[in-house]
Amino acid sequence: MAAAALRAQLNALLANMFTTGMVDEQFQQLQSLQEDGGSASGFVAEVATLFIDDADRIIADIAALLDQPVVDFDKVDAHVHQLKGSSSSVGAQKVKLACMHFRQFYEAKSKEGCLMALALVRSEFCDVRNKFQTMMQLEQ
Amino acid sequence: TGVTALHRSLRHGALVKAEEGIVCMCEERARMLQDQFAVSVNHVHALAILVATFHYEKQPPALDQDTFADYTARTSFERPLLSGVAYAQRVMHADREAFERQQGWIIKTMKHEPSPPQDEYAPVIYSQETVSYIEGLDMMSGEEDRENILRSRATGKAVLTRPFRLMSNHLGVVLTFPVYLVDLPPDAKVEDRVAATAGYLGGAFDVESLVENLLRQLAGNQELVVNVYDVTNHSNPLVMYGSEVPLGAPSPSHTCTLDFGDPFRNHHMICRYRSEPHVPWSAITTPSGVFVILMLIGYIIYAAWNRYDSVKEDCRKMEALKKRAEAADVAKSQFLATVSHEIRTPMNGVLGMLDMLLDTELKSTQRDFAQTAQICGKALISLINEVLDRAKIEAGKLELESVPFDLRSILDEVVSLFSSKSREKGIELAVYVSERVPEILLGDPGRFRQIITNLVGNSIKFTERGHIFVQVHLADHSNLATEPKVESVANGINGHIDETSVVSTSVPHNTLSGFEAADSRNSWENFKALLSYDTNDMAYGSDSGNVTLVVSVEDTGIGIPIHAQGRVFMPFMQADSSTSRNYGGTGIGLSISKCLVELMSGQINFVSRPNVGSTFTFTAVLQRCERNAINVSKSALLHPLPSSFQGLSTLLVDKRPVRATVTEYHLQRLGIASKSVRTIEQALGVLLGRNGTSLTSMPRKQLSMLLVESDSWGLKMDVPLRTRFLEMKQNGCESVFPQVILLSLADSDKMKAEYAVDSVITKPLKASTLAACLFQSLGISITQANNEKKHHGPDSLYGLLLGKNILVVDDNKVNLRVAAGTLKKYGAKVECVESGKDALERLQVPHKFDLCLMDIQMPEMDGFEATRQIRAIEAKAHEQRDNADNSDAGSTAKKAQWHLPVLAMTADVIQATHEECTKYGMDGYVSKPFEEKQLFKAVQKFLGPSASS
Repeated sequence: MAAAALRAQLNALLANMFTTGMVDEQFQQLQSLQEDGGSASGFVAEVATLFIDDADRIIADIAALLDQPVVDFDKVDAHVHQLKGSSSSVGAQKVKLACMHFRQFYEAKSKEGCLMALALVRSEFCDVRNKFQTMMQLEQ
Repeated sequence: TGVTALHRSLRHGALVKAEEGIVCMCEERARMLQDQFAVSVNHVHALAILVATFHYEKQPPALDQDTFADYTARTSFERPLLSGVAYAQRVMHADREAFERQQGWIIKTMKHEPSPPQDEYAPVIYSQETVSYIEGLDMMSGEEDRENILRSRATGKAVLTRPFRLMSNHLGVVLTFPVYLVDLPPDAKVEDRVAATAGYLGGAFDVESLVENLLRQLAGNQELVVNVYDVTNHSNPLVMYGSEVPLGAPSPSHTCTLDFGDPFRNHHMICRYRSEPHVPWSAITTPSGVFVILMLIGYIIYAAWNRYDSVKEDCRKMEALKKRAEAADVAKSQFLATVSHEIRTPMNGVLGMLDMLLDTELKSTQRDFAQTAQICGKALISLINEVLDRAKIEAGKLELESVPFDLRSILDEVVSLFSSKSREKGIELAVYVSERVPEILLGDPGRFRQIITNLVGNSIKFTERGHIFVQVHLADHSNLATEPKVESVANGINGHIDETSVVSTSVPHNTLSGFEAADSRNSWENFKALLSYDTNDMAYGSDSGNVTLVVSVEDTGIGIPIHAQGRVFMPFMQADSSTSRNYGGTGIGLSISKCLVELMSGQINFVSRPNVGSTFTFTAVLQRCERNAINVSKSALLHPLPSSFQGLSTLLVDKRPVRATVTEYHLQRLGIASKSVRTIEQALGVLLGRNGTSLTSMPRKQLSMLLVESDSWGLKMDVPLRTRFLEMKQNGCESVFPQVILLSLADSDKMKAEYAVDSVITKPLKASTLAACLFQSLGISITQANNEKKHHGPDSLYGLLLGKNILVVDDNKVNLRVAAGTLKKYGAKVECVESGKDALERLQVPHKFDLCLMDIQMPEMDGFEATRQIRAIEAKAHEQRDNADNSDAGSTAKKAQWHLPVLAMTADVIQATHEECTKYGMDGYVSKPFEEKQLFKAVQKFLGPSASS
């Protein structure tokens, strides 16, 4: 019965994530992969963990780059691109959108803008990280 | 000068006239004088003849002094101008003594002295009493008199002396006539005449009196000065009449010659005006009048010119001011744009930081403060964005994009944007897009969304109950519904608002939520008509490139007051000042929407009734864009809905047909067949198959869901439903137990607890939410069904990829993992490497891989470079093999070519074109993350049955 309750809670969480637009269809795809049984049962969790670690690192890198007196915007570009790739792979829609938003600032070479955009990315990432972590806890 | 010329000419004219006058008068006077004189001369002549008569044949003559004196005295009236006449006898010297004796006196000279002896003498013997003092004086003793006498007797005519002063102190001349003894013929010789001469008759002629009398008789005497001169000696004219000194002024004068009968003497009469001839008045008034007129005309011209000048100057100033104003306007817009941008940038930072702050551990008050700050910040940002938009539109800088987009997903986005708000307020928010609206349209999705977002945002703001309903139809067949129904308008005007509102609450209207709408065109009747068009007329209107959409946003809010309806689209105008207090906002949104709609060559208008609601309707012209015309890469942009629900069918229980249609629309988009009934009872009937029309419309399809609207869910309906299901299962009618899903506005958890249902979908509905929720609730059964489907033949990804060896190259672990997972799902054997170099290691010929998926952007060696090297390796292998072929001739065709299909994996499907990929030796590209259809298409070429054989 506890399992059922947990299951219900997980479903509610997932539904909430979908309705708020935090994750998109790609995340559904991942879930369906897991449910196929073709992959290991912890597939989503594994990808989510990978994503969280990766994104954490990238965000730290970008922050470090932007902390420099002279910002190497090309590097920022590369990092943001990577983060965008990761987030779109995992279906973290809001982080992906934030990365797209980021683009205009490093193209304009505006440090201020980049910092703001980074803040946005970070906040979106925190959101999705919390949700993912909750999700993984519930799944276990 | 003209004036003076005129003046001169006038004066000259007057002068000429005066001259003519003087000539005329002078001639007249001269003639009259001449005549008068002649008359006087004739009298003297007659007297002379009388004296001569007395001398005829008589010696001594029968005449003596007394007789003469008496006669002349008595006839002096005939000669008024002669002061006196006297007769002098010719006495030869030889006769002197005898004469003296006879007379008794001696001849004296003029000086009263005894005359010296002369050849002859002319002593006066008879004289008029008035001149008796000259009796006995020898007239020939005076030089001049002698001359006269000699001349007169030689010619036989009257002779004049030069003028001199008479005794009366008047100027006069002496007239002398000869008296002959015999009657001489007119042609007698001088000698004969001298010989025949008996004596001389003379008289003093008072010329002055003569002229005086004459002039007195004539008119115009006063103004005329008449002078008469004796000009016998030209160099020394002698005055006979008038002032001695001629008037100095060269005033016009005229000179006439006078003939007084003495050919020896010449006389002139000179007439001139007494005074300077005055300038005629006309000579002064006319030019001065002309002058004044000219001055006036000149002034008028001058004034007009001045005015023209000043007007021109004013005009120039206006022009300059206008330019400045325009420049200022442009500057204003630019300023707005710049400032807005400058404010936006730091505001984004503030908002981002607030977001982060809210993620940290906060006390409830702190959280409240931070949230308030965030809300304010967001409001500010949206205001600035709107101002910026407005400025851009005004500056004409706003240009619409033309890119393909999916209208339905745009509307889904709008719905998701407002879903939380509508849920909070408990309002139905629904979207319906007509089937005939093409799936993909060319236009500006951002701006289109902005308009709808704005309208829906307004509606949400002003609506407390009821619904907000967004509909999109094609213009051509929504025409029948564009006329607002008269009855509803009449309701609004006739004042029975209370009544209608009572009606609206008591009797549910046939709208989305049951509340009355301002524009009754969205009632079920109209809606049904539109739907019938949708289904019947599918082929219509596909010929033209333009698609005119009619979008209406209907709400059941407070409506717009009648008096404010006229200025709804004016910027910064709200219905009244209390609006912004109660509801916030700036009122700029609608004016922007209007501009945007006009940019899309559409129109926007609305119908609104206070306390009933508003319906905004706009049209927009977009371009048609056939789905197959867009290349595959772009279609990946458009977030296609999951297709895994194909073939499912549902039964929908909803008492409101409009709402049911909306739900069906969403289900249809997911490929789910649906059937709607009004009540649970009907639903049970359908489930039992009792109803004639029941499941015949969807034959062979499995009923997998029962969707029930929460307000259509009758009390205690769940128990009979359960039992029915159990019955059915036992009867074997249904192999799968249908999921009962509740559609609800309220929070899903509560509802689920309240109603005994399998799952709750929280409205507002949108396809993706529906899909997600259905995934959750139907979960395994569906995916299994999909799996079954996917095992079919080689035309599915599963068939293509099963057992294939695939190398995935990506530096991003997450991507790598996801890609691997996806590919494995389709049965492929996947190997992952994280760099181009590693990939090259694995791909040394010979290798086992059937396909390589390569990320493009990688550190050290990017996808393009890696591919280039792979191709190089392959080329080398070919060379070697060719060499080997030379030695070993029996090579099989299977190993004819090493060419590993390399597909680029890219997120930027827009940037990556097919050309660019093939340039670096790649064979194509797949989107990242994988999109099933696109992956299938890309891979099919290389791994499909034709390729692998």
